[in-house]
Amino acid sequence: MKICVKFFASAREAVGESDVTVDLHENATANDVLDFFSSRFEAMKQIRPYVRVAVNQSYVLNEHVLNDGDEVAIIPPVSGG
Amino acid sequence: MVRIQEEKINVQEILDSVIVPEAGGVDVFIGTTRNHSQGKNVLALSYEAYVPMALELMRGIEKELHQRWNIHKVSIVHRIGDVPVTEASVVIAVSADHRAEAFAACRYAIDTLKKDVPIWKKEHFENGEIWAENAESKFAVNQSRIIKTSAEEKKNGLLD
Repeated sequence: MKICVKFFASAREAVGESDVTVDLHENATANDVLDFFSSRFEAMKQIRPYVRVAVNQSYVLNEHVLNDGDEVAIIPPVSGG
Repeated sequence: MVRIQEEKINVQEILDSVIVPEAGGVDVFIGTTRNHSQGKNVLALSYEAYVPMALELMRGIEKELHQRWNIHKVSIVHRIGDVPVTEASVVIAVSADHRAEAFAACRYAIDTLKKDVPIWKKEHFENGEIWAENAESKFAVNQSRIIKTSAEEKKNGLLD
């Protein structure tokens, strides 16, 4: 299934892109998305323990099961305010 | 009112947006960009946001404030893009019958925004730049891990 992944701030710099569409197996989880990018980008692996994942603009736990067409966002620690 | 904008924030406009005849007080929080961070001189700051999610969470904060406190109106405005030192990056205004509720709700709004709303600040120094990280946000990441751990332990029969 196709999952659109958005990267922000340090995560965007870690993978060098702000939007990437990946093809994942059925029942893939948010954790699988993190695995996918951490295994390809060393900088993503470094920040992985500190990021949160959002699916369709809501925070989820890493076990969250994805659906085809979901918009996943990799959210490093925020610094608004 | 909830808004994310690139233009300089007009504080008076945000204040005016929460004033109603029934209100006895307005509390305003203005977050300004400062010229130092961790002992280093900050030359410039820039903000970026995951705009649709940030707006959604900001609307959620507005709603939660109305549920928890007896207040009249709330406005939360965050600026993105380059924000020169001393200018406002965020303005939150809350009107209420009495000051205690306005203070409490406004404080809760900025604390929650700093913890959860997907907005990031990059600090540019003389020799380098870093993405700032709010302490509250790092705590939230750890907390979700603690929740996860308890859920796993519960599943494994380690907790009642």
